[in-house]
Amino acid sequence: MSQRRSSSCMNTPQNDPSIPFSFTPQNQQLIDEILKRYPPQYQKAAVMPLLDLGQRQHGFASISVMNEVARILEMPPMRVYEVATFYTMYNRDPVGKYHLQVCTTTPCMLCDSDSVMQAVEKFLGVKPGNTTQDGIFTFSEVECLGACVNGPMVQINDDYYEDLTAESVTKLLEALKATADSLPEQAVTWDAPAPTPTPGPKGEGIAGTDAESAIGKLLDKVVNGVRIPAPGPLSGRVTCEPASKLTSLTEPKWSTEVFREDL
Amino acid sequence: MFLARNPQCGVIALASSHLARSSAIAVYRQQGSRNLATVSDTPTRSYGGLKDQDRIFQNLYGHHGTDLKSAMKYGDWYKTKEILLKGHDWIIGEIKTSGLRGRGGAGFPSGMKWSFMTPPGWNTGTTPRYLVVNADEGEPGTCKDREIMRKDPHKLVEGCLVAGRAMEATAAYIYIRGEFYHEATVLQRAIQEAYSAGLIGKNACGSGYDFDVFVHRGMGAYVCGEETSLIESLEGKPGKPRLKPPFPASVGLFGCPSTVANVETVSVAPTICRRGGSWFASFGRKRNEGTKLFCISGHVNNPCTVEEEMSIPLKELIERHCGGVRGGWDNLQAIIPGGSSTPILPRKICDDVLMDFDALKDVQSGLGTAAVIVMDKSTDVVRAISRLSKFYKHESCGQCTPCREGTRWTAQIMERFEKGQGREREIDMLQELTKQVEGHTICALGEAFAWPLQGLIRHFRPELEARMQAHAQASGGEALAGGWEHNARVQGKLVAPGQ
Repeated sequence: MSQRRSSSCMNTPQNDPSIPFSFTPQNQQLIDEILKRYPPQYQKAAVMPLLDLGQRQHGFASISVMNEVARILEMPPMRVYEVATFYTMYNRDPVGKYHLQVCTTTPCMLCDSDSVMQAVEKFLGVKPGNTTQDGIFTFSEVECLGACVNGPMVQINDDYYEDLTAESVTKLLEALKATADSLPEQAVTWDAPAPTPTPGPKGEGIAGTDAESAIGKLLDKVVNGVRIPAPGPLSGRVTCEPASKLTSLTEPKWSTEVFREDL
Repeated sequence: MFLARNPQCGVIALASSHLARSSAIAVYRQQGSRNLATVSDTPTRSYGGLKDQDRIFQNLYGHHGTDLKSAMKYGDWYKTKEILLKGHDWIIGEIKTSGLRGRGGAGFPSGMKWSFMTPPGWNTGTTPRYLVVNADEGEPGTCKDREIMRKDPHKLVEGCLVAGRAMEATAAYIYIRGEFYHEATVLQRAIQEAYSAGLIGKNACGSGYDFDVFVHRGMGAYVCGEETSLIESLEGKPGKPRLKPPFPASVGLFGCPSTVANVETVSVAPTICRRGGSWFASFGRKRNEGTKLFCISGHVNNPCTVEEEMSIPLKELIERHCGGVRGGWDNLQAIIPGGSSTPILPRKICDDVLMDFDALKDVQSGLGTAAVIVMDKSTDVVRAISRLSKFYKHESCGQCTPCREGTRWTAQIMERFEKGQGREREIDMLQELTKQVEGHTICALGEAFAWPLQGLIRHFRPELEARMQAHAQASGGEALAGGWEHNARVQGKLVAPGQ
């Protein structure tokens, strides 16, 4: 509760029920897909994915987005407002291009998330819960994000950056700030049909491009000569393995030979 | 009777290899012959040191791709049709034999839970039946389900099918926490692959059984990890827990029979069926069988997630996989053994406690989600627990008064205790307050925020008292209850009487 940005019922120039909002044709198609997942008499179960879609299209979950979702799902608008105010991931106020969420719960705190908080605060010059003047960063302090063995970590939009130090987070923010104008918006949503049938998706945290090869880290992106670190641990680890050397899963993998024969 | 007097010898003997075992036999022979009347000693078994051959999550560190082809190469989707055709009694029988207990924290026997879905006459109903997979992993310290979903998604998808068959469900909903965006993407791709390969959907795997799998993303609420609250959230409402009964197995998601199970529980089911329940039951102590993903975070040299045998000694887990505590075992101050809601353990208990449900319950803590949070001597342990109180204050849904108000009070009290602003009798007040909350809330979040505080008071009361004394010395007098300075009345502040 304390971390939620103040969101009053007062209309603001950006958030007013009279501002029109409608879903784009692509998103309309996605909505049709989403609605198929729930029983026909329980269409309102789709309120969460639809609000999320609206938020992704509009930038934040404004009152117009909520009203449009209520109209599509034939729900009383108040039921949509209840959902939008209960969950912390709906931003009811505009956020910057990068929504920076620093985890400070105990496991991250033990690994010195305080220094990460300080570094971010120093770099951005704003307190948690605020957006920078240039509208690039919104800075939030959040509760456990579920990457505890990789703490301290931050989530920037949908990406997890893990194993941070004060220096590495500052470098990351510098790179993001320098390329803020030239990076495209995130286009594809998670539940869109797969772009290519096989093999695994490219550009997803851990997915491999070659089924046979071991999976390496994603490569850093270089935009306009600025190197943006790839999401994931910034310490050189690939994922959640021990940093020094593997203590398990070093032997050849098992296959079907270990299974019982009477199946 | 060397062996009988020195059980340690048995521990070492059975620990690792035949080599050690044969030397133990040699020792035994040197003792001279035991006659038949001697009561044979039960060999002391040690746990831990799981072989790679017995690890279920082979792709924990991203060895191979998440696509269907790689998954099949390493044993997923192998003879799934045959498993499905054996029917729900067989699958539940295997799960019961395996002794699998729910991996989400409570440790309820999974076989029994799944069998609640098929009471006599279950097949007369016409309503859909749902398996709901709880992937809303939010407990501080826990990050095991994330690794399953982003690296072994096919284990989960297949697990949905097998567990779904065990409870004769018609569809599965996977409720994944909203922050896990890329994990949801990987999982959704896996589901799409499985659909196009005919493994799920109509006539899944050619078994004649129809089964759908859907992903639903949460939107950031810890309380949605509770089963009824998760169901509410899935129905498109704020995630506030429901009263039980009726239990979800009779009235659950969309008013239909449903069962909520953790990702890890569901994901291990196919492997248990294929390798046999008795294989799984051969690990760990009785009633705590199996293998488990442990996430070790905090002050260890190499924090990591690792699959190990249940009942592994806590010390061995940390030394073997995490390179030990920073600064050596002697530098250890305390450990939270199973995620934030389990009470903290001081070092003297950590020395020899086993990591399983019963052993940790015996030391007044719990296995929870097996998320081990290690704190060395540099840690401000009061602040660590105070931060957890703040977490629960943020995450209480506000439905039940004891939890809504209690989380706020305790967070405020703990904030004062960090600085030592308080009186010693307030420690007892805090203890009493947490006792008042326990059992008086709809869901377990009441207990979840009460237990870490009780653990802190149980084991670190001297630390709290020392802080208060230090604060009293620094500020010139003992603080009044409620955190007022000792001279607040003199300053004309309105302080409650009875100090």
